[in-house]
Amino acid sequence: MKLLEPGATLDGFVVDACIHSGGMAHIYSIHYAATATHGQSDPGFPMAMKVPRMANGDGAENIVGFEVEQQILQSLKGSHVPRFVAAGDLMRVPYLVMEYVQAKPLQHWLDQRRETRQPIDPATIARLGAAVSRGVHSLHQQNVVHHDLKPANVLIRDDGSAVLLDFGLSYHGHYPDLLAEELRKAIGSPVWMAPEQVVGMRGDPRSDIFAIGVMLYELATGELPFGDPQTDGGLRQRLWMDPPPPRRYRPDLPPWLQEVILRCLAPEAVGRYPSAAHLAAELANPEQIRVTERGTRTKGTSWRVHFKRWIKAAGLSYKPSPLPTVQIDEVPIVMVAVPFKGATDATHFSLRTAAQRSLGSRPGARLACVTVISPSETSSTEAAKSEANVHTRYLELLRHWAQGIDTEQHQLSLHVLESGDVAQALLDYARGNHINVIVIGAATHGLALQRIVHTVPMKVAMAAPSTVILVKAELPFSALAKVRVS
Amino acid sequence: MVNLARSTRELLTCVKTFTTPRSASNRLAYDLFKSHAFGIVKLALLSDIHSNVQAFDACVADARARGATQLALLGDFVGYGADPSAIVQRVMAMVDEGAWAIKGNHDEMACHVPPVSANQARGEVTAAWTHAQLSESELTFLDALPLTHQDGSLLLVHASADSPERWRYVYDARGAGTSLTAAVGLSADIRYVFCGHVHEQTLYYQGRGHDLLQFMPTPDVPIPLPSHRRWVATVGSVGQPRDGRAEAMYTLFDRDASALTFVRVPYDHSRAAAAIRAAGLPAFFADRLARGE
Repeated sequence: MKLLEPGATLDGFVVDACIHSGGMAHIYSIHYAATATHGQSDPGFPMAMKVPRMANGDGAENIVGFEVEQQILQSLKGSHVPRFVAAGDLMRVPYLVMEYVQAKPLQHWLDQRRETRQPIDPATIARLGAAVSRGVHSLHQQNVVHHDLKPANVLIRDDGSAVLLDFGLSYHGHYPDLLAEELRKAIGSPVWMAPEQVVGMRGDPRSDIFAIGVMLYELATGELPFGDPQTDGGLRQRLWMDPPPPRRYRPDLPPWLQEVILRCLAPEAVGRYPSAAHLAAELANPEQIRVTERGTRTKGTSWRVHFKRWIKAAGLSYKPSPLPTVQIDEVPIVMVAVPFKGATDATHFSLRTAAQRSLGSRPGARLACVTVISPSETSSTEAAKSEANVHTRYLELLRHWAQGIDTEQHQLSLHVLESGDVAQALLDYARGNHINVIVIGAATHGLALQRIVHTVPMKVAMAAPSTVILVKAELPFSALAKVRVS
Repeated sequence: MVNLARSTRELLTCVKTFTTPRSASNRLAYDLFKSHAFGIVKLALLSDIHSNVQAFDACVADARARGATQLALLGDFVGYGADPSAIVQRVMAMVDEGAWAIKGNHDEMACHVPPVSANQARGEVTAAWTHAQLSESELTFLDALPLTHQDGSLLLVHASADSPERWRYVYDARGAGTSLTAAVGLSADIRYVFCGHVHEQTLYYQGRGHDLLQFMPTPDVPIPLPSHRRWVATVGSVGQPRDGRAEAMYTLFDRDASALTFVRVPYDHSRAAAAIRAAGLPAFFADRLARGE
């Protein structure tokens, strides 16, 4: 379709200006015409209209990506995607009207880096990475895999949250994949495409984690981990090759960040973070990341290892993926609320048993140990009660509590939250971190007082975004001494 | 009042334009007009009922509760199950009220019972019994059913549109492709081919390549089926699911929204099984209902 002039109308919408001319589509800012047949008033947020570029005579097959985006955007909910407003008839006037999100693309940080020649500080990279991961996880929870994440498609709002754009290459587990064909071909943007996408596999949420890894690599080093391959052979390199460690380009990069980036870029999906929520949890707590040799190395992988992988990769071919939600449900994040005030050993023992049981036999499950302390416990004037000191003390208590939990199979993180409202603090944490199961003590958090007040476990159970397991303490150890053999 | 007058005027214009659709481009508009004018907006597709009254009643009730305005019955009303006459009576009443019905291989077999042979298939075992249960008028009704039914862009057939009388199974993308090619040969307007016969719910669609692709649907999720593409769906079996689950299957097509929803309905399969045993039919036909095989 030819460029629309300001003032032009289309299906009851008036064009204000062309705000973007991409290779595939024009994007216009628009508003409803006063005499719109829809009888609609403006929805309360600015709107953008995406109109695919089509040469005369182009048929439907040339705008499959547009059709896919229409379907998927209509199905998506939540704050990490632009809100859907309207879609034009694909055969008559194809267009898509959505919320115009005012936010900066991730590309902005890369451009700034190039202009100022100043590296981006690791804390900022972690913050951006965690925000993108949370947005991506919310897609995966809706059975959608983006498959085309890149710095131009990821926006960051002023409040730090991410919005994802452009679902033209995306995959919806509940809809037929219109982009598929019998001879599975690579679909995606070469720079950011995951190895399994190269062999035509679609629908694995961990493909998006690979793309996040490429973006983090760019933010950290200004380089592309696998270049911008133009040939099939070049594209296939990532099936067996590790990229140069980021610390080779930037020796001052903290090992934890290299650890995260290289884990995202593992050639086999199983070597990456099992879900984007896990990645977000890791980036939100850099100081607790377990750094291995991968995080510190500055030399590339040996040719022997690459050769072995190359042989293995030669046999790789298309395999269908299970539904995205099924995959991420396999690797839940369990949150356990551990109280210390007035809690007995028996309570701690029962909580630990319940937490272990909830992690179950799933090797990828992750445990977040959370304790909530009152703001009155810290003080800005007394050194002994300084926030840092108090937090360190509680982290130590949590670490002690967690002894005996299998940390080889399960990632573990420890968190001290400060709040006067224990239930609200736990709920906020659970919502913000995509927690799948909350384990909470019944007695210690005052279930017995339920008849008198809304106690913490009941408040949590009623408002929780997930399953809640209420743990009753086993027989207290103190009672054991009283048991007599008669 | 203004709205009413306006819609009446629109309707009259439509009637003038579309009472006889001449061109293919008029055809889609005609479909739309017809579906609005006669309320054929939500179509319930039920197939392979196999004399299972409990499952059939449960599916029809579910479809009505979901706002189905037109029933399409895709054949194999009888065979295997214990209540052939009750089912045919229901189907006859529904057809009187405007439901579409077509013939399946088991209906054909019940009318023209094949001679007993040593290696006859399971279905044929019950054909003679079924024949004996049905009255003359019920048999006449079954035998007179058409093999296909076309309504605008929609073609209904029990098995494959490629020689419907040969009852070819649409088990994979290739079979679906053959059926679709034959359907388009009948009429270039056809966009949707809905069939039964295989007792499973599957959607076949056009991807980027030439051949059709198979898609395994999740029950209860409306799937967009825009009419600029062509689609083949096997709607599943009401009376004898064979995918390891006992719930009856049927499929809803919302023509207004071009959305297809595969549905599963729990029903009292123990009563259906008890009826099979009480009728003295082989226990195998009763046992398989609980296991969905």
